[in-house]
Amino acid sequence: MDIPYTSKPRPDTGLYNAKVGIWLFLASEVMLFGALFSSYILLRIGADVWPQGLLNIPIGTFNTAVLITSSVTVVMAWASLKMNNFPKFKLYMGITILCALAFLGIKSIEYKDKFTHYQVWLKDGTTLTGHIAGNPYFWNHNTLDKKKLDHIEFTSDGKHDAKAGDKGQSHPGGHAPAVKIERKDITRLSAYVPAHSTYFAIYFTLTALHALHVIGGSLVLAFFWGPGSKMWKTDPERFTNRIEIGGLFWHFVDLVWIFLFPVLYLL
Amino acid sequence: MQATSHATHHDPTHADSHHEELGFWRKYIFSTDHKVIGFQYLLTALVFLLIGFLLIGLMRWQLAYPGRAIPIGGALMEKMLGSDMVGKEAVTGKVGVIMPDLYNSFGAMHGTIMVFLAIVPLAFGAFGNFVTPLQIGAPDMAFPRLNMASYWAYFYGGVVMLVSFFVPGGAAKSGWTSYSPLASVADAQYAVNGQTLWIIGMVLLITSSLLGAVNFITTIIQLRAKGMTWMRMPFFVWAQFVTGFLLLLAFPPLEAAGIMQLMDNVLDTSFFLPTGMVVSGKVADISGGGSPLLWQHFFWFLGHPEVYVLILPAMGIVAEIISNNTRRPLWGYKTLVYSVLCIGFLSFIVWAHHMYLTGMGTKISTFFQTTTMMISIPSVFILTCFFISLWGGSIRFNTPMLFALAFLPMFGIGGLTGLPLGFNATDIYLHDTYYVIGHFHYVVAPGTIFGLLAGIYYWFPKATGRFMNEFLGKIHFVFSLIFMNAVFLPMFVQGMAGMSRRMYDGGATYSLQNTPEAIGALNALVIKHNISITHAAIGLGLAQIPFIINFFWSMFAGKRVTSDNPWEATTLEWSTPTPPPHGNFLKEPAAYRGPYEYSAPGAATDFTPQFQAEKP
Repeated sequence: MDIPYTSKPRPDTGLYNAKVGIWLFLASEVMLFGALFSSYILLRIGADVWPQGLLNIPIGTFNTAVLITSSVTVVMAWASLKMNNFPKFKLYMGITILCALAFLGIKSIEYKDKFTHYQVWLKDGTTLTGHIAGNPYFWNHNTLDKKKLDHIEFTSDGKHDAKAGDKGQSHPGGHAPAVKIERKDITRLSAYVPAHSTYFAIYFTLTALHALHVIGGSLVLAFFWGPGSKMWKTDPERFTNRIEIGGLFWHFVDLVWIFLFPVLYLL
Repeated sequence: MQATSHATHHDPTHADSHHEELGFWRKYIFSTDHKVIGFQYLLTALVFLLIGFLLIGLMRWQLAYPGRAIPIGGALMEKMLGSDMVGKEAVTGKVGVIMPDLYNSFGAMHGTIMVFLAIVPLAFGAFGNFVTPLQIGAPDMAFPRLNMASYWAYFYGGVVMLVSFFVPGGAAKSGWTSYSPLASVADAQYAVNGQTLWIIGMVLLITSSLLGAVNFITTIIQLRAKGMTWMRMPFFVWAQFVTGFLLLLAFPPLEAAGIMQLMDNVLDTSFFLPTGMVVSGKVADISGGGSPLLWQHFFWFLGHPEVYVLILPAMGIVAEIISNNTRRPLWGYKTLVYSVLCIGFLSFIVWAHHMYLTGMGTKISTFFQTTTMMISIPSVFILTCFFISLWGGSIRFNTPMLFALAFLPMFGIGGLTGLPLGFNATDIYLHDTYYVIGHFHYVVAPGTIFGLLAGIYYWFPKATGRFMNEFLGKIHFVFSLIFMNAVFLPMFVQGMAGMSRRMYDGGATYSLQNTPEAIGALNALVIKHNISITHAAIGLGLAQIPFIINFFWSMFAGKRVTSDNPWEATTLEWSTPTPPPHGNFLKEPAAYRGPYEYSAPGAATDFTPQFQAEKP
């Protein structure tokens, strides 16, 4: 028993099965990310203050360029197969996968920076942002109680805490000297983690879900680049179609990022 | 495509793995054959249907006899679920009282199991899988392995849901809608609680539906046989096609919402938790800034198309059976097709009629009231077409036809009682009362389930080569019909009297007896309906015994079919061998005419199948 139209297009629709399948799947993905983007809009509209400028725009821009490059190379990989040039395919697909890895690496550095960056809310109504001595991860005010700390050594960013009053006497490095903050003066402490605010909640949800797509996509592409490429010898047409399908998914992943970048970094 | 397990001589060039006799595991458990997968869905979903029914049976006992131990199995339940869930009677000390937390769990899980683990898998997974490829003349689904994956995702989703009963705190208990912030607050002291598992289970079920939907739509677009044009497709296939799109596009937002609720529960975010939320008298330690309404929007954005996911396949089944047993073409085939497409589209813009009382604003309510009234129009078209199809037919009253006929008024009642809920003004009064329960159960229980049962009786001969017993079938039908109505009809009365749908004691707290001074207190008659409903529910359960016996007995000892087309039907699935082999058709199928050519003037028989070639 053979399923028809697995690699040859059906005459009246002009499509082979997998292409219909991937477009349908992408439609559902649009709804998935669409729902999260809608949440972003609703949360932002409902927020008293919406943090801005907390993300590193140059890094984000660079990452965008990395992903767009990978989008170009994945097309080149497909086109190479169409032109019967298998070594070129290997090269371009390899670059695509490297770009994916680079993107993930850069993203994880960004994540790490956030996990060690803190905001502290003080009894007098002011807040400070900065780093705690020793750069611990994921602390909050409950951590202080659990560790029975009666104070923290806090290095303020200097840039963000306009209310703290030491902006006028800013230091050359942009950092204020470490100050000692008593536990009893702290009402809330949070790293830049999802629990910090709805802003970081939606930021991490969107980017982590996107990163999962990058991981999934690059695993599939890596399979096509490595063991899966054996099919080129047995069924080249179907293999080329597989690359096209993988490429369509990859473009979608890029497209999501192209929306994510301005929405989260720039707006 | 011709190669089947029946073929004795293999073409030597085709002697690849497809032709090997598959072992037991590959043939029945990890099969990629759409018919076997359909059967797997059928059996699993019927088991879940039974589980869901048992849950509500226990809840009904508590409603009828608050604080009394269940008559059997109380001690066993206490052992399984713990003494905080199953208590002792105050006076006699008898074990087996459903405690409030358990009641809430059962309520949430009854809804979840019935909708996501029983009806959708039956309607879409079982019937869609078994019948759709046969009706369009396809050898299998477009992606057989994906098909297997979607069954197993469903299966594991079900397992996670069942396991959640046994974690500390018990299963999810915030309603099948899992409204935040309640869902984030309940059992928050446990790291892994029922709600977390509910979300994980849902993600698996959503994955299953998504893979299924992609597969079905692709199959219908790509694998139609020669001559099977869009307007020659049986109505059942159209219904499945639209259902596929509903699942494809409505489920992902719930998946997104599920992820966000999971973040709220596990990582302490505040997607759905408002600023200044107070839990047990203390301001919660959260950032705040979230919106509980957001969850409700997402839930109902799935929840309403889901209603049509439940009903459309049943309509498709009923269309096939009515046309077959009236021996007349389906009246208004094109009207039916366009109506079902309209319903599919409109069902995406009616969701907030579940939320009139949330304070989202009267202007929005007005919009959704309008669209809700609009969607009832194509629904009425469909029902009207079915009724007119009966007119002047010489009806064969076999068991499938009886269930299909009962579907019409039952769904009619369910649909029409929905109108007062769709209007803002009347909904303010009826919202969250038993009236709502009566309404949607009329749509799903005697509506959809009757349609699905009709389908089981109708396609059973094709699947097994044997008929189900007519006598047992008719007993099953008569008692099911009586008890279904005895269960759900009094709920309209209770609801209109103002009984809330979520009361643990069946409204006793607000009875005239206990609170005579309260305005709108429930009188004794309204409360007494609880008892009659519970008895009817027990009767309904007993009425399914003939069906269960019939199903398994007929599979092995039922009357054998003598032809491949025992109902003398016209659609392509009846041209295959019985039961259809792997690959379905012995020769390449083709459709030469429309799907419902019954009693065509001048034809030799009163049915002219789609697969019968034109005379030269």
